Amino acid sequence: MLIYLVRRILYAIPIALSVGLVCFLLVHIAPGDPINAIVPADAPQDLVEQIRRDYGLDRPLPIQFGVWLGKVATGDLGNSLATGRPVWADLSVAVVNTLRLALTAALIGFVLGCIFGGLAGSFQGTAIDKIAVSLAVTGVSVPHYWLGMVLVILFSVNLNWLPAMGAGPGGSSDWVWDWEHISHLVLPAVTLSVIPMGIVTRTVRGIVAEILNQDFIQTLRGKGLSRSGIFWHVVKNAAPNAIAVIGLQLGYLMGGSILVETVFSWPGTGFLLNSAIFQRDLPVLQGTILVLAMFFVALNLVVDLVQTALDPRIKRA
Amino acid sequence: MTMTRSTLLAASLAALIAAAPGAALAQGTIRIGMTAADIPLTHGQPDQGFEGNRFTGIPLYNALVEWDLTRGDRATPLRPGLATEWAVDAADKTKWVFRLRQGVKFHDGSDFNADAVVWNVRKVLDREAPHFDPRQVGVTATRMPTLRRAEKIDDYTVALYTSEPDSLLPINLTNLFFASPRHWDAKRAGAASPEAAWNAFAADPSGTGPFRMVRFVPRERAEYVRFDGYWGEKAKAERIVLLPIPEANARTAALLSGQVDWIEAPAPDALPQLRSRNMRIEQNAQPHVWPWQPCFAEGSPLADRRVRQAINLGIDREGLKTLLGGLMVPAVGSVPPGHPWWGNPSFQIKHDPEAAKRLLAEAGYGPQRPLTIKVQISASGSGQMQPLPMNEFVQQNLKEIGVNVEFDVIEWNALFTNWRRGCKDASARGAHAINVSFAAMDPFFAMVRFWDSKMAPPTSNNWGFFSDPKFDEMVAAARNAFEPEARDAALAKLHAAGVDEALFIWIAHDVSPRAMSQRVRGFVQPQSWFVDLTLPYIQ
Repeated sequence: MLIYLVRRILYAIPIALSVGLVCFLLVHIAPGDPINAIVPADAPQDLVEQIRRDYGLDRPLPIQFGVWLGKVATGDLGNSLATGRPVWADLSVAVVNTLRLALTAALIGFVLGCIFGGLAGSFQGTAIDKIAVSLAVTGVSVPHYWLGMVLVILFSVNLNWLPAMGAGPGGSSDWVWDWEHISHLVLPAVTLSVIPMGIVTRTVRGIVAEILNQDFIQTLRGKGLSRSGIFWHVVKNAAPNAIAVIGLQLGYLMGGSILVETVFSWPGTGFLLNSAIFQRDLPVLQGTILVLAMFFVALNLVVDLVQTALDPRIKRA
Repeated sequence: MTMTRSTLLAASLAALIAAAPGAALAQGTIRIGMTAADIPLTHGQPDQGFEGNRFTGIPLYNALVEWDLTRGDRATPLRPGLATEWAVDAADKTKWVFRLRQGVKFHDGSDFNADAVVWNVRKVLDREAPHFDPRQVGVTATRMPTLRRAEKIDDYTVALYTSEPDSLLPINLTNLFFASPRHWDAKRAGAASPEAAWNAFAADPSGTGPFRMVRFVPRERAEYVRFDGYWGEKAKAERIVLLPIPEANARTAALLSGQVDWIEAPAPDALPQLRSRNMRIEQNAQPHVWPWQPCFAEGSPLADRRVRQAINLGIDREGLKTLLGGLMVPAVGSVPPGHPWWGNPSFQIKHDPEAAKRLLAEAGYGPQRPLTIKVQISASGSGQMQPLPMNEFVQQNLKEIGVNVEFDVIEWNALFTNWRRGCKDASARGAHAINVSFAAMDPFFAMVRFWDSKMAPPTSNNWGFFSDPKFDEMVAAARNAFEPEARDAALAKLHAAGVDEALFIWIAHDVSPRAMSQRVRGFVQPQSWFVDLTLPYIQ
């Protein structure tokens, strides 16, 4: 197990290098110029070149990448081209905000997905099944930025029940888990939860239906085990796969919430990436994507370990 | 005096309201939803274009010369700021002498004086200065291209030197804000590098402006309180909260749900809803131009004045205004008629398709030989208004006079980069015009950088490589006219000549729309990119 763990951690190194390189190349392949993060377009060319030299953006690309890599190896993600602030200072705050949002959305999606999927799998072919499947299809089909706007119009603009944007009455820096702050979290988290809810519903439905058709369930029924007892066996057998799915979804939520965070002005990694992309703020882009990729790798590892713990039949070696 | 029961009740209620937490806040806090995705830099030279100057420059800092933003019924004039008077040296036209305002304090309590001026000029122009900050150079040096150095004459007199005689310097200096040297020194003492010191300064800045910053959360909010030691008219609002909300629908929702009191640039299609919810829409002509900038290079059909004039006459600007819900002013020059730099052009830009067809025929274009031009545009971008529907509307107009327009739609950052490279560069991909909007507050940015042959790429934004010695002479004459009236007259002559030659396809001026709650009082929308935040308050 220890060897497996070490091997998985070592796998993260080439992944980090590849992610950093791909991101670096994409920014340079894309039209536009990172220097625009620092100088306006009306800047005279000699000034532009001077500033390009100041920031090392005149060096050959392999050297630029090597310099960045060397800094990353010492734990320094560099400074934002646009603001001059250390990337890590902004990124650490954004990661915490996104984690708060993604975990809440994943929890909502997981709980609702398990309930709907469990019901649909248990009552296949019935109206309950059809309703649950419809909800799942709607969840994965509806554009979540559109849903976010609709929820804002309904609950913020018309009913005035929940705030339309932001991460708390005074921002995210003084976050506490009281209603004033949680109320800011509700709409973005619900918006973000619909896709994992749909996916978990469909997954759990399939697993539950398959388990219920297996011989050991017939045996348990034949032995006269109560419904709750059978339910417990179904849960134990379905859990590893359901957890694997939600683990992956959490990874997607961490990196894939650009639209929802922009709609709700939620100061997470998606919001950070959005402005970094438009400004070609290379250090922020590279740092953020690297951290998100590492988070994804770590999450997969955790999911694998949890699966192993829940299902001894799965061997990791 | 006998107090009735109802009077007593009212008095008690009033006392309760006054004592309630947040009551004072509600009296004087204006919460503003900005279009920026981050708080513009707060160290004294803001980024994020003029929204930065508007919200983190002018409220926190002062310049030597400032815009008078207190009225909306005239072209915004200059007024003394930290300098009370200035004049060019009679013997050396590259030397300007500025007399400084006395008794001005920075937010940290230190004095503003000639040393502070020299220190602030060195922060962006002297690479040997210990506090030199390359990050501030880009957003400063571009706006005052001829400024070279500052020299102290006495405690309240400084000399500023330019690379060549330049009568435009006082206008350019509205962009140079003055940070506190003493406060920076204090930050430097606890910082590992000058860059780190500037970061610390940005988180806790000290200027001389009417507000001082008391809270800064990057990408989330900045909070200002009124600076009671301000040298000028004190701000009416007690507190300003700035919130970055880049998405237009999110800003609208934030206003309608009461999370903010004022939003910048509401989406045009949200205006009926905002009005129906009793929100106020403020707008005024802005020194902003939304044009097509022609390519004058050999082979470009727009090198022919008649073609440029025809296209100018083929555009139905009033129809475009209707499309935008009234949120534009038809552009018939880089500045509007009545402006001191308008001049008296003989070519009158209006919607006249028949005259346009005649001019095209004179230039050799017609049904047998239709004209096709390619325009490089973006789908979005700062100051670009609604580029796709606006460009498509113009395309439709021009089809009616026999001009086929093809668009090369590229991303905003890429368009911006191409703008500096010129129409002969491969990045133009054969475009005959480019659609980049610009600010026209300052003659250099409104005219000189486009019409002076020395400003051709890679030097500046003469994207179309326009070159005409007559225009170079007019630019030089304007730069050498040091009396304000003479300078304006020279600029008016330059502008009129530019309109006569149809050096742009002028289409629209933005009106800088903003929506605000009825609780915001005292607000004045000047004809400017900026606003005076000392005027509004919450009732």
